[in-house]
Amino acid sequence: MADLLIELLSEEIPARMQPKAAEDLRKLMTDGLVEAGLTYVHAMAFATPRRLTLAVEGLTEESRAVREERKGPRTDAPEAAIQGFLRATGLTLDRLEKRADKKAEVYFAVLEKPGRAAAAIVAEVLERVIRDFPWPKSMRWGSGSLRWVRPLQGVLCLLVREDGAEVVPFEIDGLVATNTTRGHRFHAPQGVSVTSFEDYEQKLTRAHVVLRSDERRDRIRHDAATLAFAQGLEIVEDEGLLTEVAGLVEWPVTLMGRIEEQFLGLPPEVLQTSMKEHQKFFSVRNPATGRIEGFVTVANIETADHGATILAGNAKVLRARLSDARFFWENDLRVATSGMEEWKERLKSVTFHNKLGSQWERIERIAALAREIAPHVGADPDLAAEAATVAKLDLRSSMVGEFPELQGLMGRYYADAAGLPAEVAAAAEEHYSPLGPNDAVPTAPVSVAVALADKIDTLTGFWAIDEKPTGSKDPFALRRAALGVIRLLLGNGLRLRLEDVIEDAYHTYAVEWAKSYRLRRHAPMFDEPGQPEVVTDFFRGDAEKGDIFQGVEFVVDWLRKNLSLLTDPASMASHDPIYGEFARTGDFTASVLEFFHDRLKVHLRDQGIRHDVIDACLAMPGNDDLVLLVRRAEALAAFLKTEDGENLLQGFKRAANLLAQAEAKDGVEYSFGADPKWSEYDEERALFAALDAAEARIRPAMAAEDFQGAMSALAALRAPIDAFFTVAQINTDNQVIRRNRLNLLSRIRRLCLEVADLTRVEG
Amino acid sequence: MAELPLSFQEIILRLQAYWGARGCAILQPYDMEVGAGTFHPATTLRALGSRPWAAAYVQPSRRPTDGRYGENPNRLQHYYQYQVLIKPSPPNLQELYLGSLEAIGIDTSLHDIRFVEDDWESPTLGAWGLGWEVWCDGMEVSQFTYFQQVGGHDCRPVSGELTYGLERLAMYVLGVAHVMDMPFNDPSSPIPLTYGDIFRQTEEEYSRHNFDAADTERLFRHFEDAEKECRRLLDNEDLDPRTGKRIVMAHPAYDQCIKASHLFNLLDARGVISVTERQAYIGRVRALAKLCADAFVRTEAGGHTESAAA
Repeated sequence: MADLLIELLSEEIPARMQPKAAEDLRKLMTDGLVEAGLTYVHAMAFATPRRLTLAVEGLTEESRAVREERKGPRTDAPEAAIQGFLRATGLTLDRLEKRADKKAEVYFAVLEKPGRAAAAIVAEVLERVIRDFPWPKSMRWGSGSLRWVRPLQGVLCLLVREDGAEVVPFEIDGLVATNTTRGHRFHAPQGVSVTSFEDYEQKLTRAHVVLRSDERRDRIRHDAATLAFAQGLEIVEDEGLLTEVAGLVEWPVTLMGRIEEQFLGLPPEVLQTSMKEHQKFFSVRNPATGRIEGFVTVANIETADHGATILAGNAKVLRARLSDARFFWENDLRVATSGMEEWKERLKSVTFHNKLGSQWERIERIAALAREIAPHVGADPDLAAEAATVAKLDLRSSMVGEFPELQGLMGRYYADAAGLPAEVAAAAEEHYSPLGPNDAVPTAPVSVAVALADKIDTLTGFWAIDEKPTGSKDPFALRRAALGVIRLLLGNGLRLRLEDVIEDAYHTYAVEWAKSYRLRRHAPMFDEPGQPEVVTDFFRGDAEKGDIFQGVEFVVDWLRKNLSLLTDPASMASHDPIYGEFARTGDFTASVLEFFHDRLKVHLRDQGIRHDVIDACLAMPGNDDLVLLVRRAEALAAFLKTEDGENLLQGFKRAANLLAQAEAKDGVEYSFGADPKWSEYDEERALFAALDAAEARIRPAMAAEDFQGAMSALAALRAPIDAFFTVAQINTDNQVIRRNRLNLLSRIRRLCLEVADLTRVEG
Repeated sequence: MAELPLSFQEIILRLQAYWGARGCAILQPYDMEVGAGTFHPATTLRALGSRPWAAAYVQPSRRPTDGRYGENPNRLQHYYQYQVLIKPSPPNLQELYLGSLEAIGIDTSLHDIRFVEDDWESPTLGAWGLGWEVWCDGMEVSQFTYFQQVGGHDCRPVSGELTYGLERLAMYVLGVAHVMDMPFNDPSSPIPLTYGDIFRQTEEEYSRHNFDAADTERLFRHFEDAEKECRRLLDNEDLDPRTGKRIVMAHPAYDQCIKASHLFNLLDARGVISVTERQAYIGRVRALAKLCADAFVRTEAGGHTESAAA
């Protein structure tokens, strides 16, 4: 048994890559060793900015010898077959054995692979691991062709036994393995030779290198907390930053400084973001005021002046950064309090998408749509439109230009500063949400209206120019937008006909396209002003193929009200027309809605509702009201989980199947005229009565959208249906009774289908 | 530890002496408007091909959007970069670099020097490399890059490139808070000059020019001209009819590429290029850089030999 120690020393490894690199080294090396026939007891891997280290305990000294027998062709087989076997086994004919096998004599090859020494295997596996290492990005250097994350400078490779350590003979592109490494770049740059992993870790510590990243993290966390506590302050926790910083130093030395008074008026998020993004500082908060008042930086060196020079330098850099931030903040406040006109103007020259106009045009569309949506979500239409107009203006603010991650939040600050209503300011921050599946859903009505309008405008627009997501590609994050709409509606229980909203959104685009189109095609024909119809012929596709632009009436109507567009020569010089770029088929709305339904299915599946249950509800009217749809699906899912529900489903299927068979055979539809007077059995009469009773309960329940009530009424049918099928035969010789029973079955089918399309439920 | 430098120019002179002593050819700035020292043909073109190379130089650089009328303590539309390019990159390049910091008075036992991941990419040059930004006490003082590709060509061997932002570095070493207050020559000279004495007025003039006055029509036109001229030069036959020699005009064409790049920067500063157009313009400059790189590797300096071509 031996222990293996490997260290790959290089120039600085990016912090973000270190954890995975250590794990990759462990896995690839141990997998390779095991595959080559060695076993081991335990393996650990470590990463610092300059080294990847692997320590394997209890490695076997050599791989087991392997004996393998392979059966070949018969001895009287054609020469070619025998030659092929010799090639495959790498043996000569005289080394094959002849053995009797059933009826014939057959060649056997006995292959023996002797065991190999651990050192040879380690060297072989290590070379492969280095050459194929899965760095996210790797590079060449100098004149060589080896790739590593940064230039590889040294390989330490030791097999350690009780009687001492052996350097594994290994060389890769001129780098020869040794038993030495180097310590901290400035504290201990000289070589250190080691004899075991324990010795290695101890000597590294003495050479100012903390090998274990969690130890570096703990040290930083502890020292930072102590420094802050001593001054009555606390660290703003940031695990991501902690991990990153621990990957930037081999010898963490934590230093704390104060933020100058002149910057304390900046929003805390700005201070935090600026310090974190630019300087990798932790923020230090005063628990009494809640303000960010200090910073903690982590140096990689102990100095004679106890870090005074380093801290002063860092403070100076911070001053420059925060001066910039304050400049942005003050500049932005000036624009904000003077009406934000400058930002509006500048958004006009920013393209959102070359087929979907500028950012400003987009904002105008969103505002129009938010106004339409507002009444459905309990928001004031004017406020919603105002909020939509303001919500994205911060995209042109200096602060967001510098820190894109502050978009929305700065919008809120600036809207507040401009004295806009609180709902408007809140919408600026909240309308981007929900961004991910775990992001909170806004609840304030104005925010909800803007958030919905924003997402639906994006979806509709990209759908119209046929930029739909395909497979794993979704460059405009349309799936996220659709899920956002779904979560906004469901989370707030908002009753909204999505088809109407999609149509509204589409009409806004339609008007823009109509304008562009007119200018291109019909500008010379405007001797007869006031003829809106000519403008829209482009939207009239091939009517026979159903290729009719669904917004045509809307556009004509709109142009009638805005005749000046047809007569005003100033509007002639517009931007390039976009004829032919847009979807204009009648099923546009349905296609967008289907996308919503697909996303809804994914969303509900995550919540444990089966896709066939959803399909059963999607087939019902009003399926563009997602809240209604989900309530129906939830009720149905719950119903189907009960025994009654499951049995009723079977009863329904039986009824439906019998009916379908009979209808196919007879060529008629049985749907009317069942009469209890033709009943032969009490159970049959009881079913008539039960259907009457259920119908009387289900219809009002459905009208009141009481799906649970309707389902429980259906549940009451289970026993009578079962009883009926037990006694009564449908296809009797008596044609009157048969017809009557089929018509009775059709009542079951109809009634069930009024609740949900149970034909789509599996099982 | 050497004595601390006293002026901006002393820092430059010490860098020149340091890299000169380590075998670099000390070149002079390129005589054109460029956005960064990388644009100097001694870097962009010489990073290509198989021939060894070692050069260091100061390059005045222009970033029109960074103009602040001379008021910002550390933002300038015209500034100096110090550039070192060594091909193939030597194994001790990090140590050599740290030595250069010592040479200009940065005591590495007192400061916190860090190599922080920063992959360099120049979309206009079609170039990228891996490396770091070097931090001194939290301040970025240099860019350190191993070139992997330039003008769409793989770099073999790989060049090591060092870029020092001279003003910022010098301000730190000299302990100056505002760039305009930095002593340019020795403050005890008979006529002491600060950075501001030399550049404050020009920063104002160029800021106004870049942001408001530059004639955008003309800039657009000149951009088109430079683009055309670059392509036209490269469309010429390799064989020069006058001398009968094979003369590929890689450098004259590359000058036009540099021009186009700077004109684009000016148009960008004037705010007349939209976000989507921006990508298109960058793509056009990159296409030129790529053509120039293609041409350079067909020259002698680019490693071309008659036997290899045959």
